[in-house]
Amino acid sequence: MIAGASTAQDRLRRLTMHAALVTAAALVVVPFLWIAMAAFKTQISLMMGELAFRPTLANFEEVLFSKTSDYAANYLNSVLIASVSTLAVLAIATLAAYSLGRMRWPRWTVHLILLWAVVFHMLPPITLVGAWFTMLRMVGLDSSYTGLILAHVTLNLPIAMWMMTVYIRDIPIELEEAARIDGATTPTVLWNVIVPLARPGLAATAILVFIFSWNEFAVSLNLSAKRTATVPVAVASFAQEYVIKHTAMAAAAVLSLIPALILLVVGQRHIVKGLTSGAVK
Amino acid sequence: MSGSARTDRLWRWLTLAPALAVLILLTLVPIAELVAMSVHEIVWRSGESQWRFIGLANYVALAGDQLFGAAIVNTTLFAAIGVSVQMVLGFFLAVFTSRAARGQIIYRTVFLLPILMPGIVIGAIWKLMYNVDFGIINQVSGLVGIPPRDWLGEQSLALASVIAVNIWHWTPFCFLLLLAGLESLPQEAYEAARVDGASPWQELIYVTLPMMLPTIVVTLVFRLIVAFKVFDEVYLLTGGGPGTATEVISFSIYRRFFTEDRAGYGSALAIVTLFAMALAIVLAVTALQRRRVTA
Repeated sequence: MIAGASTAQDRLRRLTMHAALVTAAALVVVPFLWIAMAAFKTQISLMMGELAFRPTLANFEEVLFSKTSDYAANYLNSVLIASVSTLAVLAIATLAAYSLGRMRWPRWTVHLILLWAVVFHMLPPITLVGAWFTMLRMVGLDSSYTGLILAHVTLNLPIAMWMMTVYIRDIPIELEEAARIDGATTPTVLWNVIVPLARPGLAATAILVFIFSWNEFAVSLNLSAKRTATVPVAVASFAQEYVIKHTAMAAAAVLSLIPALILLVVGQRHIVKGLTSGAVK
Repeated sequence: MSGSARTDRLWRWLTLAPALAVLILLTLVPIAELVAMSVHEIVWRSGESQWRFIGLANYVALAGDQLFGAAIVNTTLFAAIGVSVQMVLGFFLAVFTSRAARGQIIYRTVFLLPILMPGIVIGAIWKLMYNVDFGIINQVSGLVGIPPRDWLGEQSLALASVIAVNIWHWTPFCFLLLLAGLESLPQEAYEAARVDGASPWQELIYVTLPMMLPTIVVTLVFRLIVAFKVFDEVYLLTGGGPGTATEVISFSIYRRFFTEDRAGYGSALAIVTLFAMALAIVLAVTALQRRRVTA
């Protein structure tokens, strides 16, 4: 009797929990589905709010191939800037994390550098853009790829240093000592011991840094020119044209999500680990 | 031996040098540059900038800047309301997911989606959804008899609409961190509670909540600070308007420095923001560390 009541109650509770989760998941997914639908609609069909419509590729053609759109070039810019800055961040962060973790720096040095990394990571990037803009202009790098890459390296280096410090700390020091006894020099230890063992950490860091760089808007907006504009800058400019082409903007938005979707499918585990270790530890 | 000690020291410096170079040249020097700019009036004439020293005049002007004042109020409201809702929703979703027998991986993947998307694209998506004429929000609210509204254009609705987007964007992040925390809790405490006949609610309040407190505090502080950065969504959704209804701090700095070309004054705004935030972050980090040491 009591057991029966409690299982009925259990079932109700489990049902409520699942209902809440399904609702939340639907709320997350619906905007993406809606924008994807808008991307395949004609402007008229979108205005009419049709649910049943004949899908068209015209918006994608317009965004990618029409002479008035730079979106294909913007896309290549983003690929270039995100890839190069991610590689640079990985190299610099791994070296720094190894140095801070294993090279017997005084404790205050390690603490100070990591503390500044945390503080800088949380500061609004817009506060520094003005100074970057002025400095890059002085050396003739304003609106150049180099300037944008430098800015993205700076924005993402702190979080990458944190993540790599955590991963390298977890590598048993005995392995490194064994290699040293065999006569390995620092570069050999780094390349043959640390890098292979830190591979999961490198993957997580690379995926997150690439996505952060791909998504970055406030800095790119102010440091890029028409020729070097990235995908987020392009999406924003779609929304600000005098006559907004809503469906073309939807198509550009959908295309901009592709890299993150691919990385989500390939590296979900890495992303979760990276996001939680970066913030919690 | 001394030779190897010397190469050790050399490698110690070489491995840290690139990071130090970036941190000094691209974070510390720019802050010094901002300080220098903030005590000047800077005018652009035919591609050349002309600096005129004006002392602390920019900082004095800042006190009477109503736009910046509105931005501080709005950003505080935005962070406080948005993050509170995100934390509560994220916590319950995390608890439900951790207790769900099936579908954990699906929920986790779905909830990752918004975190990984460009803020500007999320702005674009919601700008279309909020559209007065054809947006899905008005279509759905029409079904339940609410007349269509201009969600982003009405003074009284705009900030709430922007906060709603932020809640949609970042609840999943709170969810993810809190779920990671839940999964690292020792199972023995739950078994003990169950043996004592605790109901799921009692279990939540007397077992989960106290043990989760450190994770909750870290997530809350982290989200609160990051919420003060908000720029991308506001830029696209409302551009700070209507009036100053959705003006936020990052947007004011951008507006003063780049749109109005007042580099000196914009730098003063940036410096004030930078130091206030840095102070808040350092206080939060040290407080959290002390907690962890004593706990």
